[in-house]
Amino acid sequence: MTAGPTGPLLLGVRHHGPGSARAVRAALDAAKPPAVLIEGPPEGDALLPLAADERMTPPVALLAHAVDDPGRASFWPMAEFSPEWVAIRWALDHGAPVRFIDLPAAHTLAMAGDPTWRDGEGEGADGGDAGEQRHGLRVDPIAVLARTAGYDDPERWWEDVIEHRATGAAPHGPPAGTGYDPVAVFAGLADAMTALRETYGHGGHDRDLVREAYMRLQLRAARKAHGDGVAVVCGAWHVPALAAGTTVTADRALLKGLPKVRTEITWVPWTHRRLARHSGYGAGIDSPGWYGHLFGAPDRPVERWLTKVAGLLRDEDRPVSSAHVIEAVRLADTLAAMRGRPLAGLTETLDAVRAVMCDGSDVPLGLIRDRLIIGETLGEVPDAAPAVPLQRDLTRLQRTLRLKPEAFERDLDLDLRKETDAARSLLLHRLRLLGVGWGEPAAGRGGTGTFRESWRLCWEPELHVRVAEAGVWGTTVLAAATAKAEADAGSAGALAEVTALAERCLLAGLSGALPVVMKALADRAALDTDVGHLAQALPALARSLRYGDVRSTDTAALGGVATGLALRICVGLPPACTGLDADGAAEMRGHLDAVHTAIRLLPDGGTEDVTGRWADVLGRLAGRDTVPGVIRGRAARLLLDDGRLPEDEAARLMGLALSPGTPPADAAAWIEGFVGGGGSNPGGGMLLVHDERLLGLVDAWLTGVPAEAFTDVLPLLRRTFSAYEPAVRRTLGELVRRDPAGGGPARAHTAVPGFAAGLDESRADAVLPLLRLLLGTHRGTPGDTEDTDDMRLGAGSGE
Amino acid sequence: MPAPTEATEEAVGTTGTEALRPHAEDAFAHELKALAAADDRPRPARWRLSPWAVATYLLGGTLPDGTVITPKYVGPRRIVEVAVTTLATDRALLLLGVPGTAKTWVSEHLAAAVSGDSTLLVQGTAGTPEEAIRYGWNYAQLLAHGPSRDALVPSPVMRAMSDGMTARVEELTRIPADVQDTLITILSEKTLPIPELGQEVQAVRGFNLIATANDRDRGVNDLSSALRRRFNTVVLPLPATADAEVEIVSRRVDQLGRSLDLPTAPEGVDEIRRVVTVFRELRDGVTTDGRTKLKSPSGTLSTAEAISVVTNGLALAAHFGDGVLRPGDVAAGILGAVVRDPAADRVVWQEYLETVVRERDGWKDFYRACREVSV
Repeated sequence: MTAGPTGPLLLGVRHHGPGSARAVRAALDAAKPPAVLIEGPPEGDALLPLAADERMTPPVALLAHAVDDPGRASFWPMAEFSPEWVAIRWALDHGAPVRFIDLPAAHTLAMAGDPTWRDGEGEGADGGDAGEQRHGLRVDPIAVLARTAGYDDPERWWEDVIEHRATGAAPHGPPAGTGYDPVAVFAGLADAMTALRETYGHGGHDRDLVREAYMRLQLRAARKAHGDGVAVVCGAWHVPALAAGTTVTADRALLKGLPKVRTEITWVPWTHRRLARHSGYGAGIDSPGWYGHLFGAPDRPVERWLTKVAGLLRDEDRPVSSAHVIEAVRLADTLAAMRGRPLAGLTETLDAVRAVMCDGSDVPLGLIRDRLIIGETLGEVPDAAPAVPLQRDLTRLQRTLRLKPEAFERDLDLDLRKETDAARSLLLHRLRLLGVGWGEPAAGRGGTGTFRESWRLCWEPELHVRVAEAGVWGTTVLAAATAKAEADAGSAGALAEVTALAERCLLAGLSGALPVVMKALADRAALDTDVGHLAQALPALARSLRYGDVRSTDTAALGGVATGLALRICVGLPPACTGLDADGAAEMRGHLDAVHTAIRLLPDGGTEDVTGRWADVLGRLAGRDTVPGVIRGRAARLLLDDGRLPEDEAARLMGLALSPGTPPADAAAWIEGFVGGGGSNPGGGMLLVHDERLLGLVDAWLTGVPAEAFTDVLPLLRRTFSAYEPAVRRTLGELVRRDPAGGGPARAHTAVPGFAAGLDESRADAVLPLLRLLLGTHRGTPGDTEDTDDMRLGAGSGE
Repeated sequence: MPAPTEATEEAVGTTGTEALRPHAEDAFAHELKALAAADDRPRPARWRLSPWAVATYLLGGTLPDGTVITPKYVGPRRIVEVAVTTLATDRALLLLGVPGTAKTWVSEHLAAAVSGDSTLLVQGTAGTPEEAIRYGWNYAQLLAHGPSRDALVPSPVMRAMSDGMTARVEELTRIPADVQDTLITILSEKTLPIPELGQEVQAVRGFNLIATANDRDRGVNDLSSALRRRFNTVVLPLPATADAEVEIVSRRVDQLGRSLDLPTAPEGVDEIRRVVTVFRELRDGVTTDGRTKLKSPSGTLSTAEAISVVTNGLALAAHFGDGVLRPGDVAAGILGAVVRDPAADRVVWQEYLETVVRERDGWKDFYRACREVSV
């Protein structure tokens, strides 16, 4: 297992291990192999020179995908601290030939789609074989070694024994030539792996046997071409297999009859976040930022790391001094000594940061985890890299939907009831979510139906770049948009952002992303203490529910969240309505209207419960003195409109609000709330026209307002009544002129409320044309009905 | 955590000493002795044990000679390790946590294991004077012979400094801010000047200080940032799992109930679990299944409060009910514990009722009982 004329230099590594990367570099520098072979898809050989391009910045990933099915893809992520990346760069810098020797992606992708080749866990998309350290079902070689050494955490064992030892000489200066053999650590590890594989065989990794056979064949070919000294960088697990003496025929036999698909391969930019374990195509490492730091720091990694942490905390306005850093370093080192570790690791430094810099709190640690331990590093790929599969998928969709990318602006009207148009709408909405602004929604052309949509299309050349950037999210437009929406939901700050996102998900038909978005929405709603935010969010949700119906999306989850939101509003609204100033009250009144409309739009399931509760809330608001007049009035009105408040009761409430004891300004506010035109309720004044009892009350109150207070309430009243339609204003004026104040209540006894005592013949006559129209005795154009205001009035009363 | 507290208090009663509650170093003398004998690791100056052995003393374990060390603290290992290491780096240690998280207990055992003496204690109250932290005077001596070291009455902190021991300050945040700040010189300069005599007491190697403070209590005197900087802070968490907490609550309720002659109903365990679940969910701001987030009320909702809710409920059930703990018996108690701030907490509680309790299977009775007392 050592370098020399007897055999190849086998460098078994942990994928993405900074210590392994350092050791690989040291070993390559020492051995100077004539060629470097790397565990990776051979299709990528042609792309290797790009790694030397100065615009190529890790983290990047090799992405192979099936030509016919971009959704079937496989990633080989590489960070700056990945041993594979270090080896590629070393070879390119030293002019040594470098090749990938793993089983071609053509086979692995085909095998992933072929049930007979599945390993049981069926994830061909798992880049490299970081997976072998993750799956509990398989034998985890590192975990076995760690357990043998008495460690409960395999990652920590690897860090202590391999990573830290390999860097052992590095932290405080360059390796001191004597006493440090850069190859020895690999030999030791190879021995351990050999022992493991003797016990466990292939450890449940069936496909590995095929891969290793292929690697052996490639290794033989390379030794023929470049001599015995070639170096191989591969997962430590494979080292014994590559060293094994098998025959060419046996290896060829293993490779017979492998399925194959046509594939393409390219470099795509990657991020540290995606390297982290929990994201989809994760590389199985928890702390890419920390690893990057370990690899990048020239010396004193702990001190430099804690200084970085202090810098971040300072940027976030936490007072952290150099004294804190000193104490944190001391604590971390002592902790490491007490735990018997050679060097303070991530756990120790975090414990130290928590105790010294964060007052024992875990909250700032979350920030550190996000920004430093995982990190936000974004890779870059030169333009020369082949197109990403997302672009191919887009081209394919553009072809099938007959939607050509054109540079000039044009309008597009879609009828969502047609299949092609619906698919086009989905595509445009998805692209918008991905930040590819090909189409912008335009104001609808006349039609207000929810099945119509208008777009303004314009394909700018830079959109190609946008598509390439969006390539990190996935290989198809659908998958990428789903992943992007999910990520957005996680990072959205305000509740309204998430509701807007939910709406966009529905428009874009991303039912896959909805559960995540809904979860984010429910979480935000639960934690938001401002009823105003909840009230703003509800209408969008209710709207989304309606869209969902049009597009036959499954909106059950959405309905559940909306109902939950409505319940929260019911609980939180009454306390939020007290102690408001005039502006606050006006805003809250808007919320009241919006929520009221939204609640009526909620689906039937559970609605009776919600509407009942909402009516309770309105009733409580209407009757509570500490609630501003405008809200009380509005609540009473909403109840009255819904038929939940008897008219007598409404009159009683109004009498109460307008009684002489109430300050005039308050009473005027009540009137505004009760009869004022809301945005959704332009016909507020109609009520006064029809219920003369109420009009009488208003009239009586108004004439009773003392002169000095009148100027105060005048603006309020003007605001209320000027919003009425001219016809309503005129009618009201006529009514008041005819009925002097005080006449109203008296007349209520002699006539039906809402009707005058005698017959007004001119008004009665005015109804006749409409009646004729309704009965079909006279065919007029629809315009006729809008001719006179009185007609409309008649139509209104007929409803 | 309270569990070991109770367990050991019982154990202490049977050790045969005269004291009602012997000090930790006496009660566990044999364990400390065995640890010291088995301990071959380097010890900081004047430490009775190595940091490793101190951690073992607190977390429990079995020594090579077969001596079993009982766990004094049941909780994350990390916390004890950081606490012990802090003391070893001569930084002062601040133990934070809500009431009932065994802060005092941990501090006492740390002092006992490190210095073999847990009695150098300053109890913090709103009325703690500066003398309690620095020094006082024996006025008879002072008047008779004038100022001298003989007339000086050293505080526990001063004694710890001159002997290189571990001093303890309980409830640091209850001490008035100006008195707190006398600790700054002691912790940063490691010296205590006596201007009246023109002298000073310099801390000897091995001196350190453990303070405890309650981080959720109202009306505490927050530490100045100058003082806070001298401490490494360790937060002691509430019980990690619901089962552990139910266990603690049931055991404690049982003990309390016996002393109050309340009948204990085995059927009550379901209700105890429910109380603990409500407390934990509201405290953590998330439901047990991890699906729904919740707002947290302003109260602490500590384990100790859960215990008192259940005890109250038992008393209600025994004296006014049928002796079985029912939802109605605990509902009012829970409401009282949760709703501390009448405006904000009421909203939190009602949201919880409507969005979580109402939907839950088998919680109908409880929901109804809570609605009854809430409205």
